[in-house]
Amino acid sequence: MKALRNFLDKVKPSFEEGGEFHAFRSVFDGFETFLFVPNTTAKRGSHIHDCIDSKRAMSMVVIALIPALLFGMYNVGFQHYLVHGEDASFFAMFLYGFLAVLPKIVVSYLVGLGIEFVVAQWRGEEIQEGFLVSGMLIPMIVPVECPLWILAVATAFAVIFAKEVFGGTGYNFLNVALVTRAFLFFAYPTKMSGDAVWVSKNAMCCLGSENALVDGFTGATPLGQVATGASTVTDAIGSSMSPMDMIIGLYPGSIGETSVIAIAIGAIILLWTGIASWKTMLSVFVGGALTALMFNQIGANEVMNMPWYEHIFLGGFCFGAVFMATDPVTSPRVECGKYIYGFLIGFVAIVIRCLNPGYPEGMMLAILLMNIFAAVIDWCFVQHNISKRLKRVNN
Amino acid sequence: MDLFSKKNKETFFTPLWVNNPVATQVLGICSALAVTSKLEPALVMGLSVTIIVALANVVISLLRNTVPNRIRIIVQLVVVATLVTIVSQVLKAFAYDVSVQLSVYVGLIITNCILMGRLEAFAMQNKPWESFLDGVGNGLGYALILVIVGFIRELFGSGTFFNLRVIPECLYDLGYMNNGLMVLPPMALIIVGCIIWFQRAKNPDLQEKSN
Repeated sequence: MKALRNFLDKVKPSFEEGGEFHAFRSVFDGFETFLFVPNTTAKRGSHIHDCIDSKRAMSMVVIALIPALLFGMYNVGFQHYLVHGEDASFFAMFLYGFLAVLPKIVVSYLVGLGIEFVVAQWRGEEIQEGFLVSGMLIPMIVPVECPLWILAVATAFAVIFAKEVFGGTGYNFLNVALVTRAFLFFAYPTKMSGDAVWVSKNAMCCLGSENALVDGFTGATPLGQVATGASTVTDAIGSSMSPMDMIIGLYPGSIGETSVIAIAIGAIILLWTGIASWKTMLSVFVGGALTALMFNQIGANEVMNMPWYEHIFLGGFCFGAVFMATDPVTSPRVECGKYIYGFLIGFVAIVIRCLNPGYPEGMMLAILLMNIFAAVIDWCFVQHNISKRLKRVNN
Repeated sequence: MDLFSKKNKETFFTPLWVNNPVATQVLGICSALAVTSKLEPALVMGLSVTIIVALANVVISLLRNTVPNRIRIIVQLVVVATLVTIVSQVLKAFAYDVSVQLSVYVGLIITNCILMGRLEAFAMQNKPWESFLDGVGNGLGYALILVIVGFIRELFGSGTFFNLRVIPECLYDLGYMNNGLMVLPPMALIIVGCIIWFQRAKNPDLQEKSN
């Protein structure tokens, strides 16, 4: 660490005003503050805070995402060998998935951070760290067969139009990763939904199987199957799934969303470090479960008949609740508001699943919708508090 | 009287860019979103509005001293409605396909804010020739935005230009796909936003002062 600090101190002058690498000043600042907590303090007023600045918080979220990411890589390989009816070792499966997912992570970070660097340099600001998490989330919420160039276009769109035009990190009122997904979903629907995109079927880099697909292969996600009228959900080769299978998560879906266990590990990390709000997380689950129970009473189609725990285990519900809904920038600041915000996310997600057969998964749209209302929730609570205190003063 | 005096030139040219009805005055947004998924309907719509604004401006300008103030809006509406009906019938007779694509939006030119805005703000106070120039300028300014938006949306949404395929087939074989979001109205809003962004970046006078 000492050597690293010395090295940074040594090269620092060449990035300052007049130095030979002045053009890359923002990049240097970004890396320096990423490696070491900056030594600057607030200029005005008294502030007390610990060393967890936003770069440290973001890194913690990325760490919390790693279990789900690693499981997602394994699942990609597992599905590939499963649908070809071939046995493979754990490492072969993982390596296949790793090779399939890694380019997506690289593209997402390259495009997103590239735009951030350019904008920061152009405005003469420090590099903002917000894309650390978004760049990791984006590859995890897309299907494995999503082409890289489409991912690059969507990432660029989301970073520019959901974040930079509003002023950069901390000013985006919509979750950047979800805007990427929404853009993909509406712009290239054939690559984001349907039966053909959730399982990687081609061999790559001398890894993978060349066998023909097994009989009974279905590439649809469990929620996709239910939305088209199936009464029991099956995995990729047509054997039915128990709730335990749903928790483990070896079924077709977006890369990071399938395993409840891996997401739970991430949730524990986030809650233990206090980075995510347990209020939001809990109320999303409560909202979703209660809404699912309500629709069970109506039971007009197969989706409504799904038990509440299946609604929560399947699709992106857990992933959205743990990693997306708790985004501190796009959720309300007021503590009581977080209950309402989370509850409505769960509610809207299940409502979309049940009532709109065109969208088997409602979590993305639910979170984006509530992102828009987060400011309204804040405003209502703040106004309420003000009027309450005014009354107290006047009495 | 100088037909092309400096002032008249200004009347004609400012609405084209600096005081553009869509980008600066933010009028006529609804139709800009609705008819611009292809270039052809966007162009026809832009020209129709140009003709209607220009003629309505002239008619109202001629009537401006005789119309009682209290019923001026209804008179303006009658004039505009007449012109819109004529244009709509002409389109149906000579460009049926486009008129089907434009559907209700030709009829809805009556409610286009640019029309009432120009009639109220300009034609009621100015002579016919100035009003005509103002109408043509504003109509063309509107058409300009529609054509830019229509061009971008058709190119990326359908890969065509005036219904001619311009993105080569081999790109599609390589995996290129048309952007489905371009065909949907939200993308038109974003493109209009980008045009406004560009326009204000070029004209510092238009930027709101931050307080």
